[in-house]
Amino acid sequence: MNIVKSWSVFWEKFGPGGAWQRVLGEGLVNTLIIAFVGLLIGIVIGTLIATVKVMPKYKFLPRILDKICTVYVGFFRGTPIVVQLLLAYYVLFPLIGINIGSLNTCILVFGLNSGAYVSEIMRGGILSVDSGQMEAGRAVGLSYATTMLKIVVPQAVKNILPTLGNELIALVKDTSVVSFVAAVDLYKTFNEIGNRTYEYLMPYLAMALIYIVMVALISLGIKLMERSLRKSDRRN
Amino acid sequence: MIDVIDLTKKYGNLTVLDGITETIREGERIVVIGPSGSGKSTFLRCLNCMEDPTSGSIMFEGADLTDMKVDINYHRQRMGMVFQQFNLFNNKTVLQNITLAPLHVGLKKIKGKEARAKFRAEVEANAHRLLQRIGLDDWADKYPSTLSGGQKQRVAIIRALAMNPKVILFDEPTSALDPEMVGEVLDLIKQLADEGMTMVIVTHEMGFAREVGTRVFFMDQGHIMEQGTPEEVFDHPQAPRLKEFLSKVI
Repeated sequence: MNIVKSWSVFWEKFGPGGAWQRVLGEGLVNTLIIAFVGLLIGIVIGTLIATVKVMPKYKFLPRILDKICTVYVGFFRGTPIVVQLLLAYYVLFPLIGINIGSLNTCILVFGLNSGAYVSEIMRGGILSVDSGQMEAGRAVGLSYATTMLKIVVPQAVKNILPTLGNELIALVKDTSVVSFVAAVDLYKTFNEIGNRTYEYLMPYLAMALIYIVMVALISLGIKLMERSLRKSDRRN
Repeated sequence: MIDVIDLTKKYGNLTVLDGITETIREGERIVVIGPSGSGKSTFLRCLNCMEDPTSGSIMFEGADLTDMKVDINYHRQRMGMVFQQFNLFNNKTVLQNITLAPLHVGLKKIKGKEARAKFRAEVEANAHRLLQRIGLDDWADKYPSTLSGGQKQRVAIIRALAMNPKVILFDEPTSALDPEMVGEVLDLIKQLADEGMTMVIVTHEMGFAREVGTRVFFMDQGHIMEQGTPEEVFDHPQAPRLKEFLSKVI
């Protein structure tokens, strides 16, 4: 295969006046939106589930919540994300008669999916915080929820930040399946270029390059965040 | 002030506290001594329901703390607690450690931006005043990880003090400290004692127990086996078990 020819064919479609605006403005942006908003939803859901999981269980309500969470995590970890997307977009939403569009569906499903994974990460993080922290919070008269929110979870998040970074990276790459439900992401836009030219080498290489750069930037961001959060550990 | 009525705590088949009934009055400084495994820490931790008693009641100023309907958080605000392992909030600065609970509790009741800012300033000023008292005001914006054990424990004590508690519970406050730091913590506790603070102290420091206590409980096998003034307990012990214990630790 002639790389020079492949490049010129690609550049003709991609370059000035070409598809770059759609690739970067729509594909890349959507990929990032789905991954980041998805993770944000995932962190909220995951924290809630993890809190339920570590709650004392002698009352009725926590026990019921615990069962619900177990079923939730079981479903979202037990089925592929593509299946979840298809179920939501083609079955569930038409069935209940609402249409939130394919992008929103993807954000929601990725958020729900990520929540299941983050819940386990977060649970480990919460358990890694010394139980004395919770005791001290309760002893000065703060409620369980307040102590959790202000004392335990912030320390847990610090402990799990590297793992959470992993989750974000996985999420960014997993978004490449959203064209199953007609959403436009990075893969979709590069694939369109390939389909028009029958020349797939450059579009796919360029796509891979963008993913690598995204992941590298995320890794860097996580590292910087970790450093700033570690300031309470430093002896200064 | 605190009425302990038939307090029993069991872990499975193991009975740690066996029907203790006792009254702690305002201004008293109760020192609890005893061999390890005698239930003294459990007794202390039951007083503010950090451990839920299996049966029996803890009456604190007329409220039964073991009643599930009672607002335990409200009562704990007036019962300070100091832990063996300090348990300062690692993600908060020294100042925030002290102001967190007073601010959280106080701000809920206050409406209006100005009033809230004023209250916040008061709480912080009070925290600085307490820090000055223990000579650690320069450390206000540092994190607990930068403090020595003795400093941590002194901050933990004024964190409890910042809530203006009616009573402070000390759970072996010097057991995790290097020997050279024990003195500074005991001195602070003695100061509070001189100011008339009601205290319940679990400790292995017999000299300190004798000096600061108004009443000493000797616990063994889930019972308060003997009690009395420090002179009675340390100089004229009655129970053979207490004599044996004292001969080992003094």
